[in-house]
Amino acid sequence: MNGSTTLPPNRVDRGGPAQPLLLVRGLKKHFPGRRRLFGRGREMVQAVDGVSFSLAKGATLGVVGESGCGKSTTARLLLHLIRPDAGEIIFDGEGVGESHGIAVRDLRLQMQMVFQDSYSSLNPRATIADIIAFGPRAAKHMHRRQSRERATHLLEQVGLQPALYAHRYPHELSGGQRQRVNIARALALEPRLLILDEAVSALDKSVEAQILNLLFDLRRELALTYIFISHDLNVVRHVSDRVVVMYLGRIVEAGPAAVIFGEPRHPYTQALLRAMPSMDPDRRSTAPPLVGDPPNPIDPPSGCRFRTRCAFAEAVCAAVSPELGRVAGEHEVACHMMVPGSGHSRTGCGQ
Amino acid sequence: MSEPPAVEVADLRVRFRQRERVVHAVNGIGFSLARGEVLGILGESGSGKSVTLRALMRLLPDNCEIDGRIEIGGEDLNNASTARLEQIRGGRVAMIFQEPMTALDPVFTIGDQIAETVVRHEGVSRRDARRRALELLEQVQIPSARRRLASYPHEMSGGMRQRAMIAVALCCNPSVLLADEPTTALDVTVQIQILLLLRELQRERGMAVIFVTHDVGAAVEVSDRLAVMYAGRFVESGAAGDVIRHAVHPYTQGLLAANLHGAEPGTRLATIVGAPPDLSTLPGGCSFAPRCTHATLACAAGVPAAQSFGGGHVAHCVRADSLVRPDMPSP
Amino acid sequence: MADITALQPAATAADAPRGAAGRSYWATVGERLRRDRLTVAVGGVVLAIVALAVFAPWVATHDPLDGSVLRRLQPIGTPGYFLGTDETGRDIWSRLVYGGRLSLFCGMTPVLLATAFGGVLGLVAGIGGRLLNSLVMRVVDVFYAFPSVLLAIAICGVIGAGIANTILSLTVVFIPPIVRVTESLTRQVKSRDFVEAARASAAPMHAIIRHQVVPNVLGGILVYATSLVGISIILSAGLSFLGLGVTPPDPEWGLMLNALRQSIFVSPIVAALPGVAIVVTSLCFNLLADGLRSAMDIKLPT
Repeated sequence: MNGSTTLPPNRVDRGGPAQPLLLVRGLKKHFPGRRRLFGRGREMVQAVDGVSFSLAKGATLGVVGESGCGKSTTARLLLHLIRPDAGEIIFDGEGVGESHGIAVRDLRLQMQMVFQDSYSSLNPRATIADIIAFGPRAAKHMHRRQSRERATHLLEQVGLQPALYAHRYPHELSGGQRQRVNIARALALEPRLLILDEAVSALDKSVEAQILNLLFDLRRELALTYIFISHDLNVVRHVSDRVVVMYLGRIVEAGPAAVIFGEPRHPYTQALLRAMPSMDPDRRSTAPPLVGDPPNPIDPPSGCRFRTRCAFAEAVCAAVSPELGRVAGEHEVACHMMVPGSGHSRTGCGQ
Repeated sequence: MSEPPAVEVADLRVRFRQRERVVHAVNGIGFSLARGEVLGILGESGSGKSVTLRALMRLLPDNCEIDGRIEIGGEDLNNASTARLEQIRGGRVAMIFQEPMTALDPVFTIGDQIAETVVRHEGVSRRDARRRALELLEQVQIPSARRRLASYPHEMSGGMRQRAMIAVALCCNPSVLLADEPTTALDVTVQIQILLLLRELQRERGMAVIFVTHDVGAAVEVSDRLAVMYAGRFVESGAAGDVIRHAVHPYTQGLLAANLHGAEPGTRLATIVGAPPDLSTLPGGCSFAPRCTHATLACAAGVPAAQSFGGGHVAHCVRADSLVRPDMPSP
Repeated sequence: MADITALQPAATAADAPRGAAGRSYWATVGERLRRDRLTVAVGGVVLAIVALAVFAPWVATHDPLDGSVLRRLQPIGTPGYFLGTDETGRDIWSRLVYGGRLSLFCGMTPVLLATAFGGVLGLVAGIGGRLLNSLVMRVVDVFYAFPSVLLAIAICGVIGAGIANTILSLTVVFIPPIVRVTESLTRQVKSRDFVEAARASAAPMHAIIRHQVVPNVLGGILVYATSLVGISIILSAGLSFLGLGVTPPDPEWGLMLNALRQSIFVSPIVAALPGVAIVVTSLCFNLLADGLRSAMDIKLPT
């Protein structure tokens, strides 16, 4: 009945709903740091050290962690803005950067990123319309008029009246408006996957709520998949279907959002959730769940990286790195206490 | 004769005079803080909360006009000389900030900075000052405090720097501590440590604290009383429990909803539409009216007077009584 | 009681931005410049000096090359030669305005050439990888090691005197600092989020450079180049003073200074006039650069 709307080539679904949109295996990135004293080579900042996860089409994956956990580096590795040292990224069945897979350039047409609202996330010398139109013009070689129309359409989609905003400059907009522009820019190339790297963190709470609603609507309208990176646990709980918890470059726990927030198993996740401030004045926190600062990713502890702050650390934790293992259904935890026969004295104890 | 309140503010107004316009940052707030009490001021950007703190310390630029009464421990700051203000700052009233790296001097060690402040305010010997610095670092729970006396700010992690800043602020035993978003830039596990530390220190020393933040959770953790600020005015204030559990003012309710307080995951959120007003062209009546879903014509008539809900819980809303929920005490 | 919701909130999710539409960065800079009285005044002086030089044939009172020993070293206020005459009897005023042509030309052209060449080099070094960057910057460092005056003298000493050689040697002197400044600015801009976003949009590198990097680097280079003009005028005058630049009898401020040097005890004020011209022009360009920098340093509201 209706004329078939052919999707642009980058939006064609290749593997069907069962195939994960993104499959990441063993992603690694180590940055060289300063040279060590006494000639022992260089210090290595192990920013990302073996990250693996899968992302279903249409879902939202939440990534939480504190400073130094590697979540932002992971985002940039996914987009190949930084080249991974090891690991593979498989987008809808095709390996990225491989000879029979998908080229990085084509990947970028399908995967885009929304940056945190810093003042420098938008080119200060360009108008809003130019900023949004840049991608289609430069990457897809669209004609000027066509790209302008696309920019106008996108501005409407994100809730900014084109007549008011198209000719403005970034410094004339508020934080929430700039984030809408950031989202419009990311959508300009019609991606299927959007990585939101602390996209609402710098905003006031009331503005953040507006932007979250916008993202909610867009996901439905445009059949998008999200990776939502944030340090704000409340927000991640609200928007995510699935959550991974990162610590010092590794994933320590992964699972459905309700499970991670309801029955966390890894000691770090439990501490993280207990550290959230109480909203009830009568039930205030009494003791901090973790002491000290998140450690430096330079030369991290051997074995399990959390062991230096873990109340249950034992000898086996220093000797062997725990692998991410399934504990129930979709719930995975990287902890020796979950693995029978690992050598830890507390295996098999209900947490 | 009862002790004067640690901080007493009445009808505080602050205006910034810029080239083409006047920005009304604070528009008539008043409160009284007793010794040992913690007041949390909740607000978003542009609400005037940081300006209020700086007005209390008299740390505002020259193009500011300040009206209203400010008394610290019964002493009127409006009539204080510059020399007296210097004594009060750091001595009676201390402030901690969001970014320790900008508040601490990068070319001096922590030990030196604390010692210098102590010497300047109390005139003790350097040796005594250094001993006090060591004690303070231990009180703020910095591990290996003796070694840390010789550390520079950039050598310390974020949480430790924040603790060092608190130590500098407390070194002269102030009776009032002003905290401007001290935990906003910290990771969540560090944030709770600092919040608990502040509570403990405050209780031990009986300080009055004003804690300014946009994070409801942080405010609830430390505050005895809460005041919600919007466009330079308090729209609701009272005991922390009352304001959180029985919020009356539509803005407070909107703010709590936006904090994902009791929100159902995966659903659209109840939002406050629009954006905060331009502080140079404030509407005549209630400044929240243009964004309020319960607004009526009466709201534009004038700035709403305070309506009391018992126990010190006050809201500035003409429709407050009709917005009260059945489980609340009547006005 | 009826609920008169006369004050309904705006239906759109975002309210209108404040202020007049689309004030670009450069428009704001222009307005700030207009308000800066010192810079406007200095700009006026620069324009006046350039105008005098350009319209020299109409402004001069005499032929700058026409001298008579009978009239030599007349003081200021001599009828017909109101700024006096030089050691061969030529009118100072006419020589100053004609000399302005050469002095300004030799001052501004090297900066223009160096900006074009050095700017591109700096851009390449800033954008390129570590190898390319090292290659360019280390070569530049070699030139940077020489003090600019000595380098200019050395080059002119080798290739000879004359206007073209002066311009060439000064261009070579100015390329290293411009490369450094451009490279530094480019690297700063390159690391900003919006450039990363442009890279993530699969845009080709040349488009990113053209639309994202260059517009944000141009302002800084402009300020720096303007400040270099002041130095360039002094250097070119210096080269002529030493006999390595413009050759006599062409009028040029540095050359005039050298020639009048011997008469300094006879007619000190007249002997100083070319020096005054050099200093004033150079100073005005420096102040202009300062004003430009202040105007461009806008703390924009977030």
